Amino acid sequence: MMKRVINVCAAAALALAAQTPGAGAGTAWEGVLAEAKGQTVYWNAWAGDERINAYIAWVGEEMRRRHGVEVVHVKVADTAEVVTRVLAEKVAGTAEGGSVDLVWINGENFAAMRDNGLLFGPFVEGLPNFALVDVEGKPSTTVDFTIPTEGLEAPWGMAKFNFIHDSARAPEMPATMAALVDWTAARPGRFAYPAPPDFLGSTFLKQALVELTPDPGKLQQPVTGDPAFETATAPLWAYLDALHPHLWRGGQAFPASGPAQRQLLDDGEVDVTLSFYPSEAASFIANGLLPDSARVHVFASGTIGNTHFVAIPFNASAKAGAQAVANFLISPEAQARKQNIEIWGDDTVLAVERLDEPGRALFAALPRGPATLSPEELGPTLLEPHPSWMTRIEAEWLRRYSR
Amino acid sequence: MTGALRLQGVSLSLVGRNLFQRLDLVAEPGQTVTVMGPSGCGKSSLLAYICGTLDRAFVATGSVLIGDSDVTGLPPERRGIGIIFQDDLLFPHLSVAENLAFGLPASLRGRKARLGRIEAALADAGLSGFGDRDPATLSGGQRARVALLRTLLSEPRALLLDEPFAKLDIGLRTRIRAFVFDHVRDYGLPALLVTHDPADAEAAAGQVITLAPAGNDDPEEAAAWTPTSPSPVRLP
Amino acid sequence: MAEALQPLGRDAPKAGFPARGLLGWVPALTLATFLLPICVGLLGTWLPAFGYLPAIGGAAFSLEPWRALFASPGFERMLALTITSGFLSTAIAFCLTIWFVAACHETRLFAALRRLMTPLLAVPHVAVAIGLAFLLAPSGFFFRLAAPWLTGSEIPPDLAILPDPYGLALALGLVVKEVPFLLLITIGALDQVGAKQRLATARGLGYGPIAAWMKTVLPAVYPQIRLPVYAVLAYALSVVDMAMVLGPGTPPTLAVQILRWFNDPDLSMRFAASAGACLQLGLVVLGIALWHGFECIAIHQARAASFAGRRGGSGKVQARAAGLAMAVVVALGLGGIAVMAVWSVARRWRFPDAWPSAWSLETWSRHLDGVAISGWTTLGLGLAAAGLAVALTLGCLESEQRVGRRPTHRALWLLYLPLLVPQIAFLFGAQVLAFRLGWAGTWAAVVWSHLLFTLPYAFLALADPYRALDERLLRTARCLGASPARVFWRIKLPLLLRPVLISFAVAFSVSVAQYLPTLFIGAGRVATLTTEAVALSSGADRRVLGVYTFLQAALPLAIFALAIGLPGRLRPFGPAREAGK
Repeated sequence: MMKRVINVCAAAALALAAQTPGAGAGTAWEGVLAEAKGQTVYWNAWAGDERINAYIAWVGEEMRRRHGVEVVHVKVADTAEVVTRVLAEKVAGTAEGGSVDLVWINGENFAAMRDNGLLFGPFVEGLPNFALVDVEGKPSTTVDFTIPTEGLEAPWGMAKFNFIHDSARAPEMPATMAALVDWTAARPGRFAYPAPPDFLGSTFLKQALVELTPDPGKLQQPVTGDPAFETATAPLWAYLDALHPHLWRGGQAFPASGPAQRQLLDDGEVDVTLSFYPSEAASFIANGLLPDSARVHVFASGTIGNTHFVAIPFNASAKAGAQAVANFLISPEAQARKQNIEIWGDDTVLAVERLDEPGRALFAALPRGPATLSPEELGPTLLEPHPSWMTRIEAEWLRRYSR
Repeated sequence: MTGALRLQGVSLSLVGRNLFQRLDLVAEPGQTVTVMGPSGCGKSSLLAYICGTLDRAFVATGSVLIGDSDVTGLPPERRGIGIIFQDDLLFPHLSVAENLAFGLPASLRGRKARLGRIEAALADAGLSGFGDRDPATLSGGQRARVALLRTLLSEPRALLLDEPFAKLDIGLRTRIRAFVFDHVRDYGLPALLVTHDPADAEAAAGQVITLAPAGNDDPEEAAAWTPTSPSPVRLP
Repeated sequence: MAEALQPLGRDAPKAGFPARGLLGWVPALTLATFLLPICVGLLGTWLPAFGYLPAIGGAAFSLEPWRALFASPGFERMLALTITSGFLSTAIAFCLTIWFVAACHETRLFAALRRLMTPLLAVPHVAVAIGLAFLLAPSGFFFRLAAPWLTGSEIPPDLAILPDPYGLALALGLVVKEVPFLLLITIGALDQVGAKQRLATARGLGYGPIAAWMKTVLPAVYPQIRLPVYAVLAYALSVVDMAMVLGPGTPPTLAVQILRWFNDPDLSMRFAASAGACLQLGLVVLGIALWHGFECIAIHQARAASFAGRRGGSGKVQARAAGLAMAVVVALGLGGIAVMAVWSVARRWRFPDAWPSAWSLETWSRHLDGVAISGWTTLGLGLAAAGLAVALTLGCLESEQRVGRRPTHRALWLLYLPLLVPQIAFLFGAQVLAFRLGWAGTWAAVVWSHLLFTLPYAFLALADPYRALDERLLRTARCLGASPARVFWRIKLPLLLRPVLISFAVAFSVSVAQYLPTLFIGAGRVATLTTEAVALSSGADRRVLGVYTFLQAALPLAIFALAIGLPGRLRPFGPAREAGK
């Protein structure tokens, strides 16, 4: 611990670094850190956002400085590529010395890796900073899309579905999914959602499903069969059939991804884009990616939220280094920096009120923009349905609308 | 019957260098004028100029007339000047008959009529029944004859011969020369032959012009053309 | 001799092999370089297509993957889209090229546009696609120029231009990228078939310029460019990166869908993906067969038509139209790159502004580090892959000349194999092979994967000038007592300096453009400007895309400029010029 303290310069960082994490883990953890020193961690992470890339680069610098761990950001267009690669390694019998040490993951990709035995662990309980995570208040930090993480992936950030609209062109937004149909009918061609299986497009479908299905409770269980699926989703398809004619391009084409739709909003082709990070709008404005008139909108009845994680493949070359990174990612300093809208704007997984004084001060000092909503304004968080629903819905969506 | 082929004050230059001095000549119908000169003096460029395919890099002055019409500004295909190269340039993707049909004007309509005309031409050249042959299977002499027939079938108003006999065996040369010059006479075409074989010039039995490189010390002499054979022989 | 093989020095046995024999191995070695990974890769893709992939529980052979493939949503549309965009783009690119050469071969425009083709050829496909996407979109550059005074609105029109449901934008992008290739190949073939004399003969027989070219030059040129045309068709039918940017998404073309399935978190989709990859190969084979069928019909028709002896007109109007069409193609290609370069220094550039409303160098300064790393990687990979390709090509050609045997037609097909077999059809299998050997993610493996594609192009660019060398010069040198090696180094290489450098530049630009091979074989650890550009294109910050697109184009262009400018500096006159024409 002392070694780390000496190396740190900033006063806030000083205080934070000295924070003593979970007792008892000390000796084992120091072994991990000792092993990590000198390792190079190939961190495969989606690279579609420059701010996130810059944040990851900062993590790399801190890891080198604090623990002598090199972090290489392997830029990924689609996390599923990483699943493919680890799978190819397993096919080829590479049980050690794999190419991926750490992967940014959640949901279906996590389920796929877990089910195919592609993950290392459980390791999360061994991370000292995991004790600071708000596992009670934020249940999705240990249940990823209804699947228990079982210590195979460490929580990193919180996501909550929201709309970003150009208030100069669309000042009023609908309050529910049902109202959205009338809203789009009144302004044809100005709304769109990315084509599933893009995760924002899929989340839009899930949001609609949760609001429209007769018995939302059933969504927390795996799909039980075709009749159950049809009963639960019939209102969704009726809804989409009504919505699509009013969409951008008459619902004949869909934006390729969330960021692509963000570009369409900036270009003025649509008035709304979808987002998973409530602070994203503010940082888009700050970075010149959206007009100043962009605002965040959520439904008063709540929107879907989830957690994103980092996991370590079964054949990672630098498992100790990867754990060291995963632990640093949930340190108050790293989390507060991540939540800063000028840096990234991704909500913390930590229980801020349970942190010590310097830790709380870090979060209290974070700036807010006109497009930032307070936690109260963001409304309740709805739970993700079981992944089996998503798989079925995506397939059904493709069958109905991609032909 | 066609008019004479006339060159008036023709000179060519490349990158500011004159290839030869101003050239004037007249080839009467049925006559072959021979142009001789050392290699590199611009003989082939002169022919290219006459048929209108000269590279843009050259600067040319002077004019080309057939009979009374000035063809200097016309694109090659509208000049009506046929050319025969030392390589016979039969199109290898076409049969002998198709090569000849390629020369035949489109105004002769109907497959039958065209084939008839082609057969007649082949018979005239002693090549009856060769129509379906692949040009590659012909002998050098046969190819040379087909090439000439093709040009003649296109009903040119003048004929240019670019060392047409250079690649033939000595024995064959005499016969093909006779074949070519007989046809020139029979068709009454003005012809211009470029060669450096004096025997060609002799067989052509017409005027002979020696191209002198430009920039000679004595431009008078360079421009003059030196007849090396007796005055043109008139034929019946 | 030994020095002639320097690039292969490490593999070459130290002693015991006579020089001639060693060089004789180069063609075989070259072919093995291709065939091995492609064959193993195909096998590694075919097995899962029939249900065999033990790692994810496929232990027995079955036809289930094919059933899943045929039952996948929008399958017919996908096929139709792939076939129409592939055939349409190839047919248009081919016809436009031929039309342009036939109609404009004697105009000044021909030389001018021909010079612009080289830069366009050098620019990677993705860069062209990204540029074109911004030019054409309803909120793109052209509409910005037209709005609001022409369209009467501050809001972009809701037109199905990009993506369009029929893949026309994709087809246009392919045309823009393939025309320069076909044009340069065609021009290269002209000298070999004695186009000038053929034209002179036909014009002397009274044929107009276009008719003369079509009837006498094309029949000779076509056999020379047939394989490149097939390669273009194969590429167009299986393109992934361009289709991701310009093609429709619901459903996409087959190749893009296959990549999506390969990347699907539901690993069982890999079976359908493998079946799709096999189908993709079948599609290309069928496509080439179909094209060949059209060829035969067209040749037959043309021969029959040529019998009638129609001479054709002066072709002046056509020359203008063809020149204009070609100029549009060049303008779309290079214009797209130019506007993306503008994006890289823009801060805000919203519809309907014709130019950015705020400028900034921040994008450049913020990305300099990342750009530098991937830029150096791209440069290093490109230099290695192009250098090896040129060295192997020289080895093959030299061996061919010394042994005195031209490669058979079949060997040429083998050389073209990597260009004819869709990348997606063998890369998954090749990736497994690379992992098994522990090579995945290493530079050597990525260079190798690039070599599959740089080699055919290097060969294409170098073979003709090499074979066209005046043999008498070489014989004279031998008679003066020079060894074959001395002739190679002192006569051939200096004479061929320009084509060697050009072929190096072509190979380099091919390496820069590789997306799927870098992604699959590099295991994601080897980041080039192209993989970064595609990864970033999912983030859709046009300013950053602008930086990468610009660099992606600038790097090969710089190498081309060097290749063209260097020989002139080294030897201000003579052979270098002559041999390079």
